[in-house]
Amino acid sequence: MYDFISANLPYLLAGISVGGQYAMIAIGYTMVYGILRLINFAHGDVFTAAAYAMVYMNATMPLYLSLPLTILFTVILGYSVERIAYKPLRSAPRMSIMISSIGASYLLQNLMWYITSGLARQYPTIPWISKTVTIFTATTKMVTLVTPVLTLVLVLLLVQLINHTKIGMAMRAVSKDFETSRLMGIKINKVISVTFMIGSFLAAIGSMLYFTNYTAVVPTAGAMPGLKAFVAAVFGGIGSIPGAVIGAFIIGIVENIIKAVGLTTFSDAFTFALLIFILIFKPTGLFGEVIHEKV
Amino acid sequence: MSLLNVTDLKVSYGGIEALKGVSFQVKKGQIVTLIGANGAGKSTILRAISRLVSIKSGAINFDGRDITSLDTASIVGQGVVLVPEGRRVFPNLTVFENLKIGAYLRTNQKEVEDSIEYVYQRFPKLKERHWQLAGTLSGGEQQMLAVGRALMARPKLLMMDEPSLGLAPLVVREIFDIIRRLQQEGITILLIEQNANTALRTSQYAYVLETGRIIMEGPGIELLHNPQIRDAYLGQSRRK
Repeated sequence: MYDFISANLPYLLAGISVGGQYAMIAIGYTMVYGILRLINFAHGDVFTAAAYAMVYMNATMPLYLSLPLTILFTVILGYSVERIAYKPLRSAPRMSIMISSIGASYLLQNLMWYITSGLARQYPTIPWISKTVTIFTATTKMVTLVTPVLTLVLVLLLVQLINHTKIGMAMRAVSKDFETSRLMGIKINKVISVTFMIGSFLAAIGSMLYFTNYTAVVPTAGAMPGLKAFVAAVFGGIGSIPGAVIGAFIIGIVENIIKAVGLTTFSDAFTFALLIFILIFKPTGLFGEVIHEKV
Repeated sequence: MSLLNVTDLKVSYGGIEALKGVSFQVKKGQIVTLIGANGAGKSTILRAISRLVSIKSGAINFDGRDITSLDTASIVGQGVVLVPEGRRVFPNLTVFENLKIGAYLRTNQKEVEDSIEYVYQRFPKLKERHWQLAGTLSGGEQQMLAVGRALMARPKLLMMDEPSLGLAPLVVREIFDIIRRLQQEGITILLIEQNANTALRTSQYAYVLETGRIIMEGPGIELLHNPQIRDAYLGQSRRK
C-alpha cells in the first residue's frame, strides 16, 4: 500500500497541478464562447505570448515589476486581438470570425517566431513557487501545490464577479441576447472587451504556473496546452465556467494516471479521443446547456 | 406639443427599402398606434428610433433634441425605451435582476431600489417571483416583466412592439389596462399592435402603414370607423 502511494502520488499531484493550469486557459475559451459563440483559436497563442513577455521582461527588471507587467501585457494583447480581429466582424457570419481567429492565431505564432528567431528561450525561475518540497514520499515543486489552490480561489472570485456585480450581470445578459442588452443601455463592445481581458488575465497566471515546470519556451509551446484546455472546455460543456474547470482537472489527472501505468505515449491521444467521444455521445458536455428557442 | 418628431425616415436592409420616407409625430401624453400588415415596416420604425438598425436618411427629434446620430445606449439615456417584440426578458436572470438591468444606466442605487419597489407594487405577481429565473415565467408574466424592466429606465416615451402577441385574451385586456394606466401617469406611448381593434380604441391617434409608407392617419376612434380600415385590418367590414 505504502509502495503504491509512493509510486503514484507524484503522478496524481502532477495531474491536479496541470489540471489547474489547463483550467486557467479553459476559462478564457469558455467565457468567450459563452458571449460571442466563438472559439477563440488565438487564445493558446496569447498564453504563449505571456510566457515570452515574462522571459523578456524578467531579463531587464526585477520580479516585482516583470510579473505584474507580464499580466498587464497579456491583458492588453487579448483585448487587442478582439478589437482588431473580431470586433470589425461583429455582424458577419460566425464562420468568418472563426477564420479570423485562426488567422490571428497564426499571426501571433509567426510574430513570436520572428521576434525570437525560433530559438528556445529559458523561462525565468519564479523564486517561491520553484522551491522543491517533499510531501510524504513525493518530491515536487511548490507550484504543484500552489496551482490548484490558486485556481480555486480565482474561479471563486470569478464566479462572484459574474453573479454579483453589475458588469457580471451585463455579461450574462449579453451572452443571451445582444439586441435586448443594447436596449438596456449596455455597451456590448465594452462587455466583450472585459470578457477577453478576464480570459487573458487568467491565461497569464496559467502561463506562469505552467512554464515554471518547463525550462524553455518555443513559439508553439502553448499550442498543446491550449488545445487540451479547449478539449476541457468542450468536455465540461462549452460556455460553462464550472464545466471548464472540472473538465480541465479531469483531463489533467487522467493524463497523468495514464503516464503512471506506463502508457505515456498515449496520454495526449487520450485527450483527443475524449474530444471525439464527447462530440459523438454528449455534444453539450458535462454542464453545457441545451440550446432551445422558446417562441 | 409633440414629444417625438420623425421626418422622412428611410431604412434599407441589404438594398431593399423597408421604410420609404416616413414622417409622423407623437404628442406628449398620448397613446399613438402604428397599424399595418406584416412587413409594412412597423417594427422597423421602432428599431430605427432605438438605433438597432441604421438609418439611411431622415431625422428623429425627441423632446426638442436631435437624436438621429446617437447610439442605442444614449437614446435609452434620453428616456426613449423600447419593449421589444416577443418580450425578450433575460431567461437566465432572475426577475429581480431583469428589473435591475433595466436600470443599467442609472447610478443612484437608492432610487433604483425605489423604482423596483414601485414596479413590484404595480405588478404584485412579479414580487412573488422575485428570485425565480425569468425563463420560468408564463407569457403574460414575462410581458409584465418586460414592461416593468422598461419602466426601470424611467421612460418619457415607451415604445411597445406587439405587447399582446401570443397572449390569452384575458391577459391582453390586462396589458391594455396597464398601458392606459401608464398614460395616466404621464408616460407617452408609441404602440404597435396586431390587435388593431383594441389598439385603436385605446389610442388617441394612429397611423396606418403600408409597404414602408404611411397611407392614412387620424384619431384612433375615427380610423376604427373608417370602412377602408375595417376592411383591411379589422376583418369585419361585412359584419353589420
